[in-house]
Amino acid sequence: MAADVAGARRTPWVLLSPSLATISLLLIVPMLFIVVYSFWLRTATGADQVGFYLDNWIEVLGDRFYRDILFQTLLIAFYTTVICAFVGYIPAYFVANTRMKSKAFLLLLLMLPFWISYIIRTMSWINILGTSGALNTLLISIGIIDDPIQMLYNQQTVVLGLVHYLLPFMILNVYVSLDGIDKNLTEAAQSLGCTGFQAFREVTLPLSMPGLAAGSLLCFVLAAGTYITPIVLGGPRDAMFANLVFEAIVTQLNWPLGSALSLVLLALLGALVVIYTRYLGIDQIAKSFK
Amino acid sequence: MMSGWSVIRIATILVYLFLFAPVAVVILLAFNANQFGSFPIEGFSFRWFEALWNNDAIVRAFKTSLLLGVLTAAISTTLGTLAALAMVRYDFPGKRTISTLLVAPILIPEVVLAVALLLFLQFLSMPKSFGLLLMGHVVFTLPFVVLVVQARLVSIRRDVEEAAMSLGATPVQTFFEVTLPLMLPAVMAGMLFAFTISFDDITGTLFWKPGGVETVPTQIFAMLRNSISPEINALGAVMVIFTIALPLVAASIARVMAMRKVGASK
Repeated sequence: MAADVAGARRTPWVLLSPSLATISLLLIVPMLFIVVYSFWLRTATGADQVGFYLDNWIEVLGDRFYRDILFQTLLIAFYTTVICAFVGYIPAYFVANTRMKSKAFLLLLLMLPFWISYIIRTMSWINILGTSGALNTLLISIGIIDDPIQMLYNQQTVVLGLVHYLLPFMILNVYVSLDGIDKNLTEAAQSLGCTGFQAFREVTLPLSMPGLAAGSLLCFVLAAGTYITPIVLGGPRDAMFANLVFEAIVTQLNWPLGSALSLVLLALLGALVVIYTRYLGIDQIAKSFK
Repeated sequence: MMSGWSVIRIATILVYLFLFAPVAVVILLAFNANQFGSFPIEGFSFRWFEALWNNDAIVRAFKTSLLLGVLTAAISTTLGTLAALAMVRYDFPGKRTISTLLVAPILIPEVVLAVALLLFLQFLSMPKSFGLLLMGHVVFTLPFVVLVVQARLVSIRRDVEEAAMSLGATPVQTFFEVTLPLMLPAVMAGMLFAFTISFDDITGTLFWKPGGVETVPTQIFAMLRNSISPEINALGAVMVIFTIALPLVAASIARVMAMRKVGASK
């Protein structure tokens, strides 16, 4: 019997061990490694000088170039998040409150973008806004313009692409918290004399905050970590921080510098995640998987 | 009041249009007969799909993506399902920490995860390879599998297993005869999730892929950077149809299987 109890105690660890081993070996150890690696030095010959050098960190934290791009990255992520919050709240509210049979269909449609590749959704905007795209063709055919105008490859199109990519995350998270609100609450507020809008502002909106916060966190972190959208939809001046990481690692092969750069990104976005989970818990995000 | 709701309804339709119109245009242009594959639409044609079929690089990329997706799904679903079982069925010290650890790959920006894994394996003198690509895809699909399987596993009642055991089944028999069949939809869902995430991934893949090896997303990316070739829309259309048709087919197979089971038990 004692052996049985010990066995039962061991079972979860046996089940968990393959996953934990994978995550430790392929994630935790590599993360610790790049922390150490960021203090090494890439020499002119291409070999790494092992040691404790602050050069990479001084370059990354001291150079205006990096700071400007970091600021630009956070700004783009901020715009994206705010737009997603405003634009995403409305359909989330509609889907949560509609009595139509189409509710299930609308929800299914919301899941679709998750199944469509990010690169395709990003590049699809070239068909819309490009010089031979839908919008230019339309404007020329109705005679508003004579020659196609270049609408692509600027900061706005980067934000547009990111909003398009991240909006479903926001809608789904807000929907989950709106759907969980007891309808009697808003009815009670209204029967006590609130107008519809007051009931929304005083009851629905505060109760949907956890979803809005979870959606915003996801949008911000994913937007700030992207490097594909600025390459596909941005101009040469619209590089984001992750583009620097890619350049350092893949193009310049300066791995210690690339390590320091990615740790800066991790520290910033990680801090956000930690603050968020401290106040709201990680469970909110997991909810949208159900 | 009614008018407020109408405004919300119209806004919702507009947002849905915003989400889907660009993708619809990709599919529309894929069938366009125009010699540049762009507007105006000049008729219906399969020429871009033919061009895809005859493009060796694209066919190779498709095979690579398919193999990578299938292997990733198999490994990550096996690992993830075991972990999800442990998390749902057992209580043990340190459960919260483990739970955070299991979703850690989602919390870390993919770029950082990609850099760390790449540099660590380079440090161990392991060159970029298909194996590295596979390891990377397993790590970041794992949390999704754990979350998806866990969410569906909660609803499986333990009484059925206890009944099997009290009727004399061994724990192993119970697992294979009772638990696994009940879990199958959850496992399938996790597998589909892992496959699609792997099949669509580009951020990590661009870091990990060896020179000369392309997956479909990196192939599209390379085609975008070189010159906008009209085949891109056809390739995009194939990808969209593939990743959307797959879950739908899987869902209907699951439904048919469930119906049959109900029929058999009657």
